[in-house]
Amino acid sequence: MRGAVELRGLRKAFGDVVAVRDVSLEVRGGEFTTLLGPSGCGKTTLLRMIAGFETPDAGRILISGRDVTARPPYERPVNTVFQQYALFPHRTVAGNVAFGLEMQRRGKAEIAERVGRALETVRLGSLGDRRPSQLSGGQQQRVALARAVVLEPEVLLLDEPMAALDLKLRQEMRVEVKNLQERLGITFVFVTHDQEEALVMSDRIAVMNRGRVEQVGPPEALYDRPRTRFVADFLAVRNLLRATVVSVGSGTAALRTRGGASLHAADDGGFHQGATVWVGIRPERMRLDTGSGDGANALSGTLEDEIYLGDRTDWRVRVGEETLTVAEAGAMARARRRGEAVTVSFPPGAVLRLEEAEGDEP
Amino acid sequence: MTSRRAAVLLALPCLLALLALFLAPQALMFESSLGRRSFYGGVVHQWSLDNYRRALEPLYLAILARSLGLALATTLLCLLLAYPVAYWLGRRAPPRARSALLVLVILPFWTSFLVRMYAWIFMLRTEGLVNTALGLAGLGPLNLLYNDAAVLLGQVYGELPFMILPLYASLEKLDPTLLEAAADLGAGPARALWRVTLPLSRAGIVAGSVLVFIPSLGAYLAPDLLGGARTVYMGSLIQSQFAFARDAPFGAALSFLLSLAVLALLVIFRRPLGEAGA
Repeated sequence: MRGAVELRGLRKAFGDVVAVRDVSLEVRGGEFTTLLGPSGCGKTTLLRMIAGFETPDAGRILISGRDVTARPPYERPVNTVFQQYALFPHRTVAGNVAFGLEMQRRGKAEIAERVGRALETVRLGSLGDRRPSQLSGGQQQRVALARAVVLEPEVLLLDEPMAALDLKLRQEMRVEVKNLQERLGITFVFVTHDQEEALVMSDRIAVMNRGRVEQVGPPEALYDRPRTRFVADFLAVRNLLRATVVSVGSGTAALRTRGGASLHAADDGGFHQGATVWVGIRPERMRLDTGSGDGANALSGTLEDEIYLGDRTDWRVRVGEETLTVAEAGAMARARRRGEAVTVSFPPGAVLRLEEAEGDEP
Repeated sequence: MTSRRAAVLLALPCLLALLALFLAPQALMFESSLGRRSFYGGVVHQWSLDNYRRALEPLYLAILARSLGLALATTLLCLLLAYPVAYWLGRRAPPRARSALLVLVILPFWTSFLVRMYAWIFMLRTEGLVNTALGLAGLGPLNLLYNDAAVLLGQVYGELPFMILPLYASLEKLDPTLLEAAADLGAGPARALWRVTLPLSRAGIVAGSVLVFIPSLGAYLAPDLLGGARTVYMGSLIQSQFAFARDAPFGAALSFLLSLAVLALLVIFRRPLGEAGA
């Protein structure tokens, strides 16, 4: 299929450091796929291998069904938006956008027409004669986008293109880039370390850790059901607990955390009596009550710390040896005081069973 | 103290040195160029433009043209030879080895230029190193010395480091992601070199060319030691006016014209030079 990217067993090491370990991934044509992970997880190396800037030590890269592993960057049907934009300082904005078309030896009239249209698309129609150095960061980023999409590549690669922008502009650009992708219908492969960015923009997210893809799926699936401890941690599941399975009943498992708290988790068939597991609970799935509380999970604790975030407050609650993070909407949280005795309650379904990723310490 | 006053104070020693060692001698030379040669080789301070009229005669214009040709050829050859070296030094050589390699580039400066010109004579003369080697191979001997090619060789050899260093400086700071961007947009290696690397190293090309062209225009040692007796360049012409012809006013007029030519070139190249500093 046009615009599909297939990575088969890709591996890349720089000296002793293995950046990408046997990654296999299928990016569907026309989709917005995000490679998400912390710095050093191999996401940029993976992108650079698709672009052709790095040669894999092993594995194949197929774009639209054609094997391009041995092809240099200038023979691949992909274009890149670089992190620092990499605009040519000796060319005007229009000259930058025209560069790729000139390389394809297009006619003057066609180049002028397509450059004009591309600049309109990114709302820079009037700035074609400026030098890149005369533009703001947000405008430079748009030039970089226009320069890449004007060639109508089968796949557009974006390497943390918003990392250099301030927060407000970044939020605007998220929507703008997502709209652009939907309008053009070309495959976007987007690299970021920002989970919010990934959730907002992507059709599918591949979470990377230590050179491997740990989980691939649509944003909702990843958010609701992170599979590994790393993915849960990266997607803001604050409460990660080590627990032993005490018993497995009909549909629920009884657990005891290392800190001595008793939990009931919905059993997906993965809990086995006596086993030691990692579980995670999102702060927003937990409730705070004064008094005893009820339900399957009701843990007594003490309010320890308050992290005020404007629209919500994260409470650090001491439960036995464990410290849990519980989120509450702003207005309710203002009435509470540190040191107060509370009950933390949550449904068994909120307890996520997490796997260990390869290479994680137990 | 304001920063402006500080700047003037800091520049003062340099300005004074320029005044005493450059502008004042130029003025004195200009004054004597207007005079006339006395019987014993002194200067008669009687002002006229006769020396300039004479300097613009076809005989001397031909010599100026030959010097311009030598300077141009030296600059072009230096550029062609230095660019790959500077490219390799600035973009391919392991960064840790770069300063050591740069020392190698300027190593020849540890020996006087005069001595190095004599070394070339020993290599190029009829019974020299090159011809001996050719003789062992059953070839030659060739006339390698005392011709224009030998002058050009000596000149290129002497000026090459002045081309390599500014080129290195501009190529070394060239952002490698710009070349990745060029490749990404469909430019193969040759076109990326032509459309991105060359334009972005223009500042180094201009600076190096000026640094090589100007001294080559007034070159004296290489033409004098490696050149044939029949070919005269501006440098040796001026020297001979002061030394043998004992016509200091005419020599002064010739030098002053050469200085003017250099100044004109600097004005022409002022803008790109300014960009090189930016």
